[in-house]
Amino acid sequence: MAASVVLEPHNVTTRNSDSPVIASLREVTKKFGQQIALDHLSLELRRGEVVALLGPNGAGKTTAVRLLLGLSQATSGEARLFGGDPRDRASRMRLGAMLQVGRMPETLRVREHLQLFSSYYPQPRPLAELLSVAGLEGLEDRLFGKLSGGQKQRVLFALALCGDPDLICLDEPTLGMDVEARRSMWEQVRKLAAKGKTILLTTHYLEEADALASRIVVLQKGKIIAQGTAEELKAADGSRTIRCTTSLQPGLLSSIPGVISVEHDGGAVLVRTRTPEAVLRSMLAQDVALSGLEVRAAALEDAFLALTNQTGSNAPTL
Amino acid sequence: MATTAAALDLPHTQPSQPRIYFNEIRFELLKLSRNRSYLFSMIGFPVIFYLLFGVTNKAAVFQGHSIARYLLAGYSCFGAMGSSLFGIGAGLAFERGHGWLEMKRASPMPAAAYLLAKLCVSITFAAGITILLMVLGTALAGVHITAVEGLRLLATIMAGVLPFASLGLIVGLLMPSNAAPGVINLIYLPLSFCGGLWMPIEALPHWLQVVAHGLPSFWFARLALRTLGYGQGSAIVAWALLAFYTVVFLLAAAFVFRRQEAQA
Repeated sequence: MAASVVLEPHNVTTRNSDSPVIASLREVTKKFGQQIALDHLSLELRRGEVVALLGPNGAGKTTAVRLLLGLSQATSGEARLFGGDPRDRASRMRLGAMLQVGRMPETLRVREHLQLFSSYYPQPRPLAELLSVAGLEGLEDRLFGKLSGGQKQRVLFALALCGDPDLICLDEPTLGMDVEARRSMWEQVRKLAAKGKTILLTTHYLEEADALASRIVVLQKGKIIAQGTAEELKAADGSRTIRCTTSLQPGLLSSIPGVISVEHDGGAVLVRTRTPEAVLRSMLAQDVALSGLEVRAAALEDAFLALTNQTGSNAPTL
Repeated sequence: MATTAAALDLPHTQPSQPRIYFNEIRFELLKLSRNRSYLFSMIGFPVIFYLLFGVTNKAAVFQGHSIARYLLAGYSCFGAMGSSLFGIGAGLAFERGHGWLEMKRASPMPAAAYLLAKLCVSITFAAGITILLMVLGTALAGVHITAVEGLRLLATIMAGVLPFASLGLIVGLLMPSNAAPGVINLIYLPLSFCGGLWMPIEALPHWLQVVAHGLPSFWFARLALRTLGYGQGSAIVAWALLAFYTVVFLLAAAFVFRRQEAQA
């Protein structure tokens, strides 16, 4: 074990714990042949939450989302969406989903795509509002095929919002977006959450989960291995990163008691530890010329890596 | 308009079903009619072939009628088969393969609306091609067809799309999007040739004529040819066989779909 972080997956309190559950997976197992994608997974989404699903590739994030969207059926256990089966069309009336779409009909205009999707829902949002929320103003008459990658992503986002849904699933929503577009999408997600919408997010950008999620659920091998707010996950990890310029060799640094990992960042070293005071005392004693010192709390990335045991090979076993 | 009336009648808890179907059909038609390469291959090929082999051979006679008249039926079938095999098969393979179908299936779109739209648009293309060929045949090859003959041919072509649409469904479900057009051509072209769409089946080797009797394209062509005064045999048998193919292909498509769903 590279890390001895233990979080009780089911006992984490979040500020939404008294809100009604709008979607859930109950003891869901999903097998593909012999391979187990989800292993007795239980997950509840409450009104107003922004839940980020994190996990290494193959952890079961996509499978979990597909079950909630009614695109897949559990081998055992139960998926519920607004009190119904997600596979029933009626249950999906209050759901919006932005999935990863490689290509879609390119000879329809943005307006036409939105018009068609809007007709699926009982109370669609007005076109002008959708265009504004997704940042597509002025592009409504453009053919989809003539849009840039980021603009196409924004059309998919708009399609997810067509029906003014109460639950919005976003699968890697900012993939391929530039920083500015990503920030503005985050802003929209926050606004949706402020309106009481529930958001389920899967993302590879830990920064995105950190910025948006009111609860982060870490999956590995089809199970929830940790969940909580970003702060709780970071605190549970409890590590600090010492950044400095030093002549001390990595081998020596790793041998200091309490050091979890040593990495290089340009001319500086990054030393991760749960006992920064003791480690620093030892480093300062051995290198009086140590400079550029900085100590910071664990990033979500550190917590995530520790949880999923994917720390670098130079990480000693604790 | 029916769609507006339905929208008013229904409470705000349900979207208007007719409007969904109407929109789905309308945008499917718009989508394909803006796609130039699709238009070229779907409408262009039957038209060019008809001009090359039908109009230029208008003096040739087969079973007492001009060959241009024979090929009018043949290329109408050819166009109908193409628009259904490609419109449904390649269209579904593309949308399924690139994740667009997932997006639609996660929405409350009725699955039937999606499939019906593709079918309706295939039928529309088939009818359009048939009308175009009738105009060309009449104007350029001196083919004389009465209004009744024309309408009967049109109706036959439109109904005869069904088995090929069902076959397209199987291809669309099974094939990856980049392989689908190639596979469809491997089905489409032999079916057309052996079914007697490009030349009278009597010109084919005997063994091929025997094989042809097992193909839906042969019975489709036979029905289309009958409307223009060719051939013999029972129309009921031909329709029954086309219905049989449709049912078999639909069952196969349902089987494939269920198996995929179980693994999804």
